[in-house]
Amino acid sequence: MSKNVLIVDDEPNILMSLDFLMKKNGYQVFVARNGREAIDMIDSEAINLVVLDIMMPEVDGYEVCQYIKHKPNSANTKVIFLSAKVKEEEIQKGYEMGADFYMTKPFSTRDLVKKVKELT
Amino acid sequence: MIAGWILIICTFGYLLLLFGLGWLGERFQQQGKSLVNNPYVYALTLSVFCTAWTYYGSVGQAANGGYSFLTTYLGPTLMAPLMWIIIRKMVRISKVEKISSLADLVSSRYGKSSTLGVLVTIFSLFGIVPYIALQLKAIGVSFDLLTSDSIFTYASGAGNIFADSLLYLTIGLALFLIFFGTRKVETSGQHEGLVTAIAFEAIIKLVAFLILGAFVSWVAFDGPGDIFRRVANTPELQSLISFSTFTGAEEWFWMIFLSMMAILFLPRQFQVAVVENTNENHIKKAIWLFPLYLLVINLFVLPIAFGGRIAFFDTQLDSDMFMLAFPLSFEQHELAVLGYLGGFSAATSMMIVSTFALSTMVTNNILMPAYAGSNVSSKSDISGWLLNARRAVILLILMAAYSYNRFVVSDFSLVSIGLISFVAVAQFAPATLGGLFWKLGNKQGAIVGLTLGFMVWFYTLVLPTIVQSGFLPESIMSEGLFGIALLKPYVLLGVSINNPLLHGMFWSLFLNTTAYAVLSVITQQSSKERNQAELFVDIYKYSADYESKVVWRGQAFVIDLRQLLERILGTQRTEEIFRAFTAQHGSNWQKEPKADARLVNFAERALSGAIGTASARIMIANVVQEDEISMEEVYSILKESQQMMELNKELNRKSRQLKKATDELKLANERLLKLDAQKDDFISTVTHEMKTPLTSIRAFSEILYDNKDLTDEEQEQFLDTIVKETERMGRLINQVLELEKLESGAQTLNLQIGTLDEVIQSAIQSTSQLLKGRTLETDIQLGKDFSVHFDRDRIMQVLLNLLSNAVKYTDEKTGLIKLTAQYFEGEIIVCIEDDGRGIEDENKDRIFHKFFQARDQTRKKPPGTGLGLAISKQIITLHQGKIWVEGAPEQGSKFFFTLPAQLVIDELKVNV
Repeated sequence: MSKNVLIVDDEPNILMSLDFLMKKNGYQVFVARNGREAIDMIDSEAINLVVLDIMMPEVDGYEVCQYIKHKPNSANTKVIFLSAKVKEEEIQKGYEMGADFYMTKPFSTRDLVKKVKELT
Repeated sequence: MIAGWILIICTFGYLLLLFGLGWLGERFQQQGKSLVNNPYVYALTLSVFCTAWTYYGSVGQAANGGYSFLTTYLGPTLMAPLMWIIIRKMVRISKVEKISSLADLVSSRYGKSSTLGVLVTIFSLFGIVPYIALQLKAIGVSFDLLTSDSIFTYASGAGNIFADSLLYLTIGLALFLIFFGTRKVETSGQHEGLVTAIAFEAIIKLVAFLILGAFVSWVAFDGPGDIFRRVANTPELQSLISFSTFTGAEEWFWMIFLSMMAILFLPRQFQVAVVENTNENHIKKAIWLFPLYLLVINLFVLPIAFGGRIAFFDTQLDSDMFMLAFPLSFEQHELAVLGYLGGFSAATSMMIVSTFALSTMVTNNILMPAYAGSNVSSKSDISGWLLNARRAVILLILMAAYSYNRFVVSDFSLVSIGLISFVAVAQFAPATLGGLFWKLGNKQGAIVGLTLGFMVWFYTLVLPTIVQSGFLPESIMSEGLFGIALLKPYVLLGVSINNPLLHGMFWSLFLNTTAYAVLSVITQQSSKERNQAELFVDIYKYSADYESKVVWRGQAFVIDLRQLLERILGTQRTEEIFRAFTAQHGSNWQKEPKADARLVNFAERALSGAIGTASARIMIANVVQEDEISMEEVYSILKESQQMMELNKELNRKSRQLKKATDELKLANERLLKLDAQKDDFISTVTHEMKTPLTSIRAFSEILYDNKDLTDEEQEQFLDTIVKETERMGRLINQVLELEKLESGAQTLNLQIGTLDEVIQSAIQSTSQLLKGRTLETDIQLGKDFSVHFDRDRIMQVLLNLLSNAVKYTDEKTGLIKLTAQYFEGEIIVCIEDDGRGIEDENKDRIFHKFFQARDQTRKKPPGTGLGLAISKQIITLHQGKIWVEGAPEQGSKFFFTLPAQLVIDELKVNV
């Protein structure tokens, strides 16, 4: 049974590349273009793993992660941050929100796929 | 005639009133309040200058000599402005050195020389005791006049009843002084009881004089004008109101000079102006108040004098007594008594202050040094002895004056003795003024100068009066002493000056000053003198830290100093003094058995306040072992302190400069930090913005690389994305560079003259493909009449940016965009309006900042670099125009920009 992956980013081209990569590796892909959409998805779908951008309008990635990890239904959902934020304290904050991994943009597709596989 | 007993009652009643006032003043001082601590009282006490001589004598002098009496008051008036320089300095020195008399000041200045103290004291006695006697004479004469049957037949000194009364009066004054002047051992502080009484007397004599003056002017005559008219009409009196009676301007000059010296050096003036001064700032007010007092008290001198000459033309009446003769001849007895009391107050105020000042001099400069020299070994309490000595001296001085009046004085007028006194005190001028302002002035010069001056004074001015009284042969005057013609008292060395007074003054002051100056230059100062000279002349520099500036080396035990102080000042006062020292210098001294230089100096000054500087010096020297200090050491220590002070000043200045520089640096640093933060922020935003396309490029490149089995469609789509994202990055880089250039000023405009129409049209053309379903309306009202100085490509860029923004934020199918342009007051205004979602007020400025959107994560990011508006703003600003946005959220936005413009015609004219 294929696992469900939610990809969240406000940049269409990045979403496109992630969508391709996840599908290619046999995942069921759900797409959200901002934090609010992501939360809706979490509520409605059983998601195994989220690839999450941080800088997004309205609800940012940190909040989404916090939401996922605090909600009993989704507490086991893995979260990989995929963000252009590279400062130590920003990465630290990502882990504090409960993330399982933090990857910086621009990213290696191979590393990302490997990590996703590890966590699912 | 007024009954003698009534007058005696009035006199003693007045004296009782003085006691009451003195007691009141003293009470207030003890309660810590002060009746006298204000400049008005200070100025009033200075009027102790106006004695019976002013009160009666000025009238007498004016009646015979016209205006010349004024010289006595012009001198002090001219001196008044200099009080701030001379009196203030004396006050400061006296406060610091605890000086209580002129003799003390002079002795202290010249190395605490007891010889000088003695000299000044003796000369003061010689000069002033006759002057005090004169006051008694004035009281006696006025008493006789009031009690005689007829003002024209009274005989001065004949009423023997009052001769005794005068004795009682003298004793009464002595009691007053003993009561209020010898309460405490210290003489350097203020005596508020005394001062209160003197200030009161100043008012009484002024008021009495004015009332009597008014009486003579307006009751006896028809106003001062009437009096002067009558004088002018009387041939015998005409000379009074013309200047022909003067022997010359020269005489005026010297008389004024003399009274200038008197106001500074009369012991009573020193007492009220310096010793009793409570605040240096009082001097400032006295500078005009005191001359004002002199002016007012002299207002009626001429009317009374001239009126007297007219009214008592043919009589033998002494012109000194005109003032009292008027009310008497009008049978106005109350007025006559008031006039008498006015004269009495003038006389007693002088007697009280002079006697007090002299008694301080005698005890502190003659008795005390003698006592200290002979009696030191005894452990007895000195303070009691000292007070008793002072009391005895007061009584003695007053009795001497009484005797002088009884047996010698009766032949002279008030004025002549007064002037001889003035010349005597003028002898103090060289040593004192030199001491205050000339560091080289020394002891030898002062001693020889003073002695010479007084010998000549005595010989040329006093000796003739003795001859006149018949005590010495007349031949001295006519042939000179021992028959030597060069020694004729009035024609010394053959120099003949018409006025004997001026003759005496000239010779005494000339020899005095010359000796002082010459000896000071050719002989050496001792080290102690040098130290005092430095401290005196530069007192303002040293007064703050005086103790440490007195150069002293030696050994002294604290216990010895304490015992000495206790013997003279009493235990309680000594305790206070040591407490004061602790408060000033800390309590370290208590740990050491030996006293340091500061403590010794402090103790010496405390003693000086009680027994004078010279005596204090002797007493201190008895309990300490002093080392002689070389001249070089004094110099080097003083010089060091001076250098220290200069260094300190320099240091203060430097530290102020440094503080200022630091503040400026801090400010600059803050600006830099802010700029730095802005730069950091910018860079991090730029790199972040670049990562977005870079991320896509990398991702798709890797996908293409790893997946050889992509469909053609997929391949094309991914490659297309890579190309677009690469372009996006290129654009971003270009815009960043462009903005950087615009902001730094490196980018200059390629200005040309043109019209905006054409540019707007091409911008619209370029945008047309983007419009899709949107409507673009234009309303351009420029024609070709307006020319603009502009960089065509840049303005094009702005227009494209604004138009593409409008496109971005409007609905693809229904959006409406309007472009208008018009000329208004020297500017072309372009407006691009859309019906998009509008802009919140708080963002209307911020949207023109770099990467505003990137920083604002609450709104959806539209495509674009985030630099367009920032660049537009830079471009418009460089064109001297403005750019802004209007509108409200959900109601669309209106972007405006302006460019300076002018009519083409103007432009042509300019070109022609």
